[in-house]
Amino acid sequence: MNVYLGIDIGSVSSNFIMMNNQKEIIKNIYRRTLGNPVKAIQTGFTDLMDGCEEVTVKGVGTTGSGRHLAATLLGADVVKNEITAHAVAAAQFYPEVRTIIEIGGQDSKIIIMRDGIVHDFAMNTVCAAGTGSFLDQQASRLNMAIEDFGGQAVKSRQSVRIAGRCGVFAESDMIHKQQMGFPVEDIMMGLCEALVRNYLNNVAKGKKIEDLVVFQGGVAANEGLRAAFEKVLGQNLHIPPYYNVMGAIGAAILALEKSQGSRQNSRYKGCDYIMDGQFLSSSHECKGCPNLCEVVAIKRDQDILAYWGDRCKKWEGSLSQTEKANLQVV
Amino acid sequence: MKVTFPHMGNMHVALKTVFKGLKIESVPPPPITKRTLELGVKYSPEFACMPMKINVGNFIEALELGADTIVMGGGWGPCRFGLYAQVEKDILKDLGFDFNMVILEAPDSKISELFKQLKSLGQNVSLLQALKTLKLAWNKLDAIEIVEKNLEYFLPRVIEKARADKLYQEAIESIDRADGKNQCYKAAFEAAKAMQELPTENQEPLKIGLVGEIYTILEPAANFEIIKLLGYMGVEVERSIYLTDWISAHLFGGYIKKTDHKSIIASAQPYLNYWVGGHGQETIGSTVGFARQKCDGVIQIAPLTCMPEIVAQAILPTVSVKEDIPCMTLWFDELSGTAGIQTRLEAFTDMIYRRKYRASNLKEA
Repeated sequence: MNVYLGIDIGSVSSNFIMMNNQKEIIKNIYRRTLGNPVKAIQTGFTDLMDGCEEVTVKGVGTTGSGRHLAATLLGADVVKNEITAHAVAAAQFYPEVRTIIEIGGQDSKIIIMRDGIVHDFAMNTVCAAGTGSFLDQQASRLNMAIEDFGGQAVKSRQSVRIAGRCGVFAESDMIHKQQMGFPVEDIMMGLCEALVRNYLNNVAKGKKIEDLVVFQGGVAANEGLRAAFEKVLGQNLHIPPYYNVMGAIGAAILALEKSQGSRQNSRYKGCDYIMDGQFLSSSHECKGCPNLCEVVAIKRDQDILAYWGDRCKKWEGSLSQTEKANLQVV
Repeated sequence: MKVTFPHMGNMHVALKTVFKGLKIESVPPPPITKRTLELGVKYSPEFACMPMKINVGNFIEALELGADTIVMGGGWGPCRFGLYAQVEKDILKDLGFDFNMVILEAPDSKISELFKQLKSLGQNVSLLQALKTLKLAWNKLDAIEIVEKNLEYFLPRVIEKARADKLYQEAIESIDRADGKNQCYKAAFEAAKAMQELPTENQEPLKIGLVGEIYTILEPAANFEIIKLLGYMGVEVERSIYLTDWISAHLFGGYIKKTDHKSIIASAQPYLNYWVGGHGQETIGSTVGFARQKCDGVIQIAPLTCMPEIVAQAILPTVSVKEDIPCMTLWFDELSGTAGIQTRLEAFTDMIYRRKYRASNLKEA
């Protein structure tokens, strides 16, 4: 069977998708990056290929903030930003989609769709308040698994008002309300509503949220936030079945489309390449000029695969053209 | 007397010429690096914008090299820039530096004022000599812009982008060294010709208009070299502000170079009819201009907390819908990772590419 892989390496989660040429999802893996993307890619990939010895990989797409790293390790045909990947995936499940709300670990986005393509978008700029990481942090402060957060929050009958403009303010507001004796579910629901207001003011910034609205990203699992969005917007939200791996699905679809449009073979380096190699990253401060860039090198055993972080591209440029072609964006 | 000044793109080339002609020794600040910004951030008020932080870093580094006089622009109006020279003077004095500060108040069409201010610096230089110097400095700026515009045009088109980049660097260096008008233009046109001869990609690149705050547009260190980032991604950039246009419009009353400043301001109507300080009105006017020129998109850039650009940003969505042009705003502040900027630029480019492609498909069908 011919398959296409989509890999989304985000700040918090690393997601893997295997798709056949009918765009049907054969396997999906959602796991935490845990601060070590190289290991996350290796183990996630091993899990993905486990029991799938019969397949032939015809294309690989990567996305997320670790997309270049994943592309280097696996050999990718498409390296795409998260906006496009999420939009492509949402349009696949909901051709009529006009608004995509996507909240991930470190960033949140709004994507306005017209006729199946991105018409306008925005991402949070300076502050990560209102993203998954903040919810995570608050859940652990309340000594609660993040998976239970939403379920608890929707039990609330009267949410409390929490300031949502800034994560620090929100937290001190929550502590204040908690010490006054408000029930914990009311505070949690209040937080959800604060995050929704924050999202609408800081990210959506007056962009028209028209039906059909799709809510995706890891945070879409949170019932509390879903309820808060529906309450504030007065609109129905559609949660795709694979809401937490939509970026990876988008990357896989893009890889599939690319492979169908070209006669070139996939750049995929094969199972053995990633599973048998020892991948190491090392960094050093380049002393070439007073910028003192922190240059990162990714190595497989002794071979250097890629450099990152040099402003002048001196290190990046030192690799041969063919290797660079592997990292080509678009 | 050893004079220094703040950096703003390639402006130092012209300023060095001016001071040399006025027989004043100058000490240009070292190129802007991480250290420059670190110094600036450490000693500036937290809520000041990035241009001021870079200024402070520039001055400290130049004073360390032995400069004893700082020439800084002044100004007035709702943009905080007018106050910066005074604040910077206090900060540096508090740090214990011993120096003299000359503040050139923006004369806005009163060239005689500027002369007076410059003359107070000069050492027995005849008026003729001073005029000659200004003229050469102007030629250098003009030649630099020819090279810059050629880079903006050819970088997205050529296959070997690093080669074009290198030609640009070399041309700027030879213009910096040049003693006469002819040498300047020779260097510029040779670089342009060499870029033209480089092999190009088949596809016509997307074109984006760059609007926003002047310092962020002109100083690559303040915008993560956005023009080059886009160029390497195969996107042609046209700026709303070039240094010579600004100088001509604001210092010489528009007499030495024909600029379209007036028509830019006119284009801002009916979206923004008032001067809101800085380049807020120009941002709106230029966006309209780029839309009517059929650019594929507009990116607004500014330092975080820039008030005039905040006003403009609030108006851009309306312009974007009415003039049918995709717009995106990027705020810059101290941040070492370029990943966030890169992702947004890629996503924006992707979007306008697909929108354009879709539109042309519909027309054919």
